[in-house]
Amino acid sequence: MKRALFLSVLCLGSAGPAFAAVGAELPGYQVVVDLTNRASLQRGAKYFVNYCMGCHSLQYSRYSRIGEDLGLDMQMVADNLIFNGRRVSERMEISMSQDDAERWFGAKPPDLSMLARQKGATYIYQYLMTFYIDEDRPWGVNNWRFPFTTMPHVLWREQGLQRAEWEEVDNGNGSKPVITGLTLETPGLKTPEEYEQLVVDLTSFLVYVSEPARLTRESVGTWVLLFLLILGGFAYFLKREYWKDVH
Amino acid sequence: MKSLFEGLIGWIDARFPLMQLWNDHLAKYYAPKNFNFWYFFGSLALLVLVIQIITGIFLTMHYKPDAELAFASLEYIRRDVPLGWLIQYMHSTGASFFFIVVYLHMFRGIMYGSFKAPRELIWLLGMFLYMTLMAEAFMGYLLPWGNMSYWGAQVIVNLFSTIPWVGPDIAIWLRGDFAISDATLTRFFALHVSAIPLALLALVALHIMALHEVGSNNPDGIEIKEHKDADGKPLDGVPFHPYYTVKDIWGSVAFLFLFALVVFFAPEMGGYFLEPDNFTPANPLLTPEHIVPVWYFTPFYSVLRAIPDPQFGALAMLLSILVLFFLPWIDRNPVRSVRYRSLLYKINLGVFVVTFAALGYLGFNPPTPLYSELALRFSEWYFLFFIALWFFSRPRRNMERLLTLVVVLGLISLYDVVRVEPGHGMLVFLGWLMPAVFVAVMVFGSGIEKLGRDLPVPDRLTE
Amino acid sequence: MPDDTVDVGRRRFLTGSTALVGGTGAAVAMWPFIASMAPSARARTAGAPIEVDIGQMEWGQKIDLIWRKQPIWIIRRTPEMVAALEAEAGYLRDPHSEQDQQPEFARNSHRSLNPEFLVLVGICTHLGCNPTYRPDAAPEDLGPEWQGGFFCACHGSRFDLSGRVYDHVPANANLRVPPYRFVSDTRILIGEMPEDAPA
Repeated sequence: MKRALFLSVLCLGSAGPAFAAVGAELPGYQVVVDLTNRASLQRGAKYFVNYCMGCHSLQYSRYSRIGEDLGLDMQMVADNLIFNGRRVSERMEISMSQDDAERWFGAKPPDLSMLARQKGATYIYQYLMTFYIDEDRPWGVNNWRFPFTTMPHVLWREQGLQRAEWEEVDNGNGSKPVITGLTLETPGLKTPEEYEQLVVDLTSFLVYVSEPARLTRESVGTWVLLFLLILGGFAYFLKREYWKDVH
Repeated sequence: MKSLFEGLIGWIDARFPLMQLWNDHLAKYYAPKNFNFWYFFGSLALLVLVIQIITGIFLTMHYKPDAELAFASLEYIRRDVPLGWLIQYMHSTGASFFFIVVYLHMFRGIMYGSFKAPRELIWLLGMFLYMTLMAEAFMGYLLPWGNMSYWGAQVIVNLFSTIPWVGPDIAIWLRGDFAISDATLTRFFALHVSAIPLALLALVALHIMALHEVGSNNPDGIEIKEHKDADGKPLDGVPFHPYYTVKDIWGSVAFLFLFALVVFFAPEMGGYFLEPDNFTPANPLLTPEHIVPVWYFTPFYSVLRAIPDPQFGALAMLLSILVLFFLPWIDRNPVRSVRYRSLLYKINLGVFVVTFAALGYLGFNPPTPLYSELALRFSEWYFLFFIALWFFSRPRRNMERLLTLVVVLGLISLYDVVRVEPGHGMLVFLGWLMPAVFVAVMVFGSGIEKLGRDLPVPDRLTE
Repeated sequence: MPDDTVDVGRRRFLTGSTALVGGTGAAVAMWPFIASMAPSARARTAGAPIEVDIGQMEWGQKIDLIWRKQPIWIIRRTPEMVAALEAEAGYLRDPHSEQDQQPEFARNSHRSLNPEFLVLVGICTHLGCNPTYRPDAAPEDLGPEWQGGFFCACHGSRFDLSGRVYDHVPANANLRVPPYRFVSDTRILIGEMPEDAPA
């Protein structure tokens, strides 16, 4: 079991071959997602509905499913996760209109139920960790992982504000300023360690919600493999018994 | 109890050739006794076909072939349908495993000369099966209506528009619209779930009937029917049942173990079986950063991209598949199995395996100048494999050697001279060495006793 | 080919045990396919209880709802309608609701929690048509004995104003009563039992 989960974390860590995100991966920021850490997933769910769900839906996910999977009873789900009067069995949709969304952000904020499967955990983690001050941008912030993002830094109160350190780098066609790192300029409500934990929780939750079946599929799979080992043993000895005639 | 069973069999047998079918295809079908590892893949292909049909039927119960609903219906299957995720992963993993098994099965046929007389029809039917399977996989891949589905289909259907004069109209007709759309999705669904599976089943039946008519080849490439005992049974054969049924059961369980390993622990297979960009819905306004077909098409995709001109590229790709059909008439060497072929033949076969894998790898990666050059050179190696097979069909005279060398290298060099651009001369020249060295080794090597001569074929099976 | 050295017992044991283990596996492997045909989370969500406001209903009025893809009727019966129910008992097949067609709380002549409000599943117990609500007494088409009730036009089944089936009609069971409870005096929750009801 432990090993199976470990295996899956490895698979997740290695990004797929085709990675269609603007910007490049940042080697300095790495995340380990542990789907067995229920408390982390529960916190992640709570952060999501509090910070993200004003704009981002999870249209394929149901509140009740999250409750069942993360060990929350339906009353707790209703009290802690639902703020828009929906029923627990409903999907986690939001009511922002297309027009409003375009007026505020230029584009409708995407649904995030599949984000982790599309872009990977590392992307989400790095994106949330690397907002920095940029007065030229509409929201006053830019993002290292995803340059020119149209999303404001929703978590700035928690993280505080970071400033980018630039360096001129010659890439062969003249020199270009490149970010070398981020430093915390204005501290937030949380310490950097607490903030990182928040991002890890959110990332883990999004990984879970992109494929809820994952919580069970590996344990089901272990039993299937065990069964096949036993059947394989019988089948092998049966084959060997008959082939005695030939060899 | 026993007599009741026998009575039932007798009752059926009086009305239907049950025991005759059983005997002809299993209990009294004599197969060579020396089948090795490579002979599992025929029955495994049948197993995967069954898995695909069963899982497919149950997916059809929940899937919506509608551009508005298709993507959501897949997530519905993975989340809301009880154990729907398992059925869906079995189907998507099954698609990839189908090609793994079929590629190994085809390689077995090439390696042991199973396509040679009198088995040309088995090979041809198998090739039709392979092409039908490609159509089935391609159309199935559109159904999730993810962004990679959409753009993959867009690119492949656009290949048809490279046909001279009528191409663009054919592409529009195939799509039923001016771009991939709901009309395309619906017809691909219809073909994927009914017409093509029926064709696959019919071809499988023909493939097996043709095989059982002439009997199986084997790793030695020797006809077992030439040595029979007093009862007319081949001395080196064993009845398929029980010997190969129990062996194939064991092989199937081992296969299912690997299959389950992927289904339960890595259904995405690191992005090769389920691609990341397919987890976002089809978007006609946003092409994924680089479009790649699923891994089983990438070798041919590489051949397509190796030639920048779209028409010649498509033609080359088509040829790379069509050439396989003609294998029985290209390789006329009477020795079937690799075991008794010359060292040069073995090298040629080894290079072909490397070439196929390299083309697959290159097809998955963006075409940098170096990769494009490599793709072209490996494509040349791909076709040179068949030329070498033809060349090794019989001992060649020096005049034939010279002519082959001049014609093949001349054509390759001519193309290089035409296409070379300033600044890329070194790359093209280094690349040129690949086919040049290959052709030189094959042509001159065939004159050297140790390299070029086939080995004596024994009279009876060796194990 | 088998010669004297063949251990028939061992061969039979291995064949049998492989078949047994493999057969068990095949049987279990059928499970996902069978399970996938059961109602999905979406269907079960659509089957969640629904709440209805009955405060505005007039005497004798019937409202139609859909719950679990089935028609649900709520009828506000007049005291006269309720009073007339007892007299019909002699003509009914199951006047005391002995068959299991209703929650325990509706096993009475008015087949409801509150005699004033009748809640029924509007599906004929014969072959599944929707009966018509006919509160009018002795209409031309239904004959002089008709005291008001439900008439199924498909095969002529008749039910009284509690949904109890009459004798000598094709249907042989009373109309079903769904689980429901009163959230307040004017609101009914269809699909959930009263809080004091045995589970």
